Amino acid sequence: MTLEDLQELSEKEQQRQSEKKHRILYCSAAGCVSCGSNKVSDALRTKIKEHALEKECEVIGTGCLGLCGEGPLVKVQSDNTLYQNVDVRTAEQIIELHILNNKKVEQYVSDTTKPFFASQTKIVLENCGMINSESIDEYIAVRGYEALAKAINDMQPAEVIEEIRKSGLRGRGGAGYSTGLKWGIVSKAQGEQKYIVCNADEGDPGAFMDRSVLEGDPHRVLEGMAIAGHAIGASQGYIYCRAEYPLAIERLKLAIKQAEKMGLLGNRILESQFNFRIDIRIGAGAFVCGEETALLQSIEGKRGNPKPRPPYPSEKGLWGMPTLINNVETFANIAPIIRNGSEWFSNIGTEKSKGTKVFALAGNIRNTGLIEVPMGIPLRTIIFDIGGGTTEGTEFKAAQTGGPSGGCIPKEHLDLPVDYESLAKVGSIMGSGGMIVMDSTSKMVEVAKFFMQFCMDESCGKCIPCRVGTRHIYGLLDKISKKKATQDDMVLLEELCMMVKETSLCGLGQSAPNPVLSTLRFFRNEYEELLQPVETFIASDIAVADFEK
Amino acid sequence: MAQGEKQQHPSGDNRFKLLDRAITKHQARGDALIEVLHVAQGIFGYLENDLLIYVAHALKLPPSRVYGVATFYHFFNLKPNGEHTFVLCMGTACYVKGAEHIQTALEEHHQCKFGQTTKDNKVSFITARCVGSCGLAPVAVLDDVVVGKLSPDESLKRVEQLKNTPREVLV
Repeated sequence: MTLEDLQELSEKEQQRQSEKKHRILYCSAAGCVSCGSNKVSDALRTKIKEHALEKECEVIGTGCLGLCGEGPLVKVQSDNTLYQNVDVRTAEQIIELHILNNKKVEQYVSDTTKPFFASQTKIVLENCGMINSESIDEYIAVRGYEALAKAINDMQPAEVIEEIRKSGLRGRGGAGYSTGLKWGIVSKAQGEQKYIVCNADEGDPGAFMDRSVLEGDPHRVLEGMAIAGHAIGASQGYIYCRAEYPLAIERLKLAIKQAEKMGLLGNRILESQFNFRIDIRIGAGAFVCGEETALLQSIEGKRGNPKPRPPYPSEKGLWGMPTLINNVETFANIAPIIRNGSEWFSNIGTEKSKGTKVFALAGNIRNTGLIEVPMGIPLRTIIFDIGGGTTEGTEFKAAQTGGPSGGCIPKEHLDLPVDYESLAKVGSIMGSGGMIVMDSTSKMVEVAKFFMQFCMDESCGKCIPCRVGTRHIYGLLDKISKKKATQDDMVLLEELCMMVKETSLCGLGQSAPNPVLSTLRFFRNEYEELLQPVETFIASDIAVADFEK
Repeated sequence: MAQGEKQQHPSGDNRFKLLDRAITKHQARGDALIEVLHVAQGIFGYLENDLLIYVAHALKLPPSRVYGVATFYHFFNLKPNGEHTFVLCMGTACYVKGAEHIQTALEEHHQCKFGQTTKDNKVSFITARCVGSCGLAPVAVLDDVVVGKLSPDESLKRVEQLKNTPREVLV
């Protein structure tokens, strides 16, 4: 396979697609599959057969079409009509009325001019819901693997790294470290073998961005990893994916096989001297394995216990070798940057946060689903325009970002631009991109308790501040929520939070108190309403936190 | 210790052959422990002590290390589940949408806490940390089928249905 072969293949596939009068896309991502999109696709196919339309119509399973709360979704690509809440009956109508008689099934048509669709900017998700997620030909037809060819044929490794650095791309896993700088460090590190690791251990409850990318456009991630391999001089990559995502794993396996067969992965990629293999490692349900040193331990088949840094994985990672770890979304940004140039990318977003960010909108919000917006967009636009506001009859209270490591953003800060620095200023983090909207029915002490229970369960137990600290914080929160606590418990709670934050070994412990601190900062009154008056205070009560569940 | 495909496991259980094949595929490397345990659980349903010892021997790892890994990760079961499983998602989105009420309703009705199996060994109640279908919250996974937009009443009904359907034998 050479660049010419790639282009030829792309043209052939485009030609094939243009011969079809109608391409009917159905969402085959996990959200829609779980509300029955497979039955819908069967119905579509049966009807097409019945009317002998096979020549002019094809039915294709794509990645996430975005509006997950209204699934199953079906899209007729020729005139860009999106149908929502499609059942078998509607699917049959789509063929009989829309395809055969050019009459749309109006009551199921989703308005694609509404802000949910119109306000988005798509880079990472550009192919999600556009192409067949199980076909490498369709990926190549939308300029797939062109960036890899460009990087291998026309660019020196250092040039690739420089291009990524200039684009201003920052890690999408949460911390926001400059991707170009990280690549530079690994490329300079000494080691006989170097590794690329893709962190697909999306553990934040309420986040499903990475899964949607892997399910909808797996080749994009493989291409990004291969470009990284060329840039830093690695010949082996691993994707560490959580076991809870069987569909993503299946699609990745298929994608790797297809790419190897075409000579786009494996030995002598695109007939150059560059070799790059990708293997999948499956997690086993430990949140802490999203932390990079723990993840590496898990790939080595050990308990996912984090290690102190330095040495950073970029110097001593997998089996002691220099290792580059990036998140799925970060790798998904690489190919478009190489293809379109760093300048194009750096024109999107804010001064310090470039590009776009994918968010998973969920909770008490009208339009739940997957969105991609430019960095720096006001939170209000995301929640009220794109998200359509809270569910009927309730009032917006707070948005939670960053999962158990993040914080709540209250009403007062709705005009906050969404970028790394602004979120950090109000005590939250960008995180990987889960955004849960809470309305007036959510009680903040309970929410803090919920997250603390999560961190307590997920603490690996290696360091004491996290193992014991989270347990005591949970105990105190439980005491407060049961109206047994006093003002002194509040003081203790805050001290304990600061202690856990400052002394824990890894990111899990260091950020575990964030949900408590942020709710204390903005919703202190909700805590204080639950406190006992001072007279009833008994000295022994503060020493023993209540562990009852 | 002789191992591999030629020698049959003393129990005569043919499932060990499948496991041996997976071990050979990974060249009996210690760092493939998690992969091997995934396969073992897939074949046997859960990881009992004898099985862990078998894996330890095959991969030439200390049993303590194998046991340590098996107990560290939530995905591995050391005890068998009931005939059916009801996995309730306890992710943030589901929590905000009231998964807790479902949990209380089920626990009260069946007199069985989450993390346990009902006395008649019919249903195991399990909680999960986000199955990633947040758009459909609150979500539960009933014997590998994801069911969304649940209510406490609906889930009670679903569990009754689940109890009355015989479990398909997995091949």
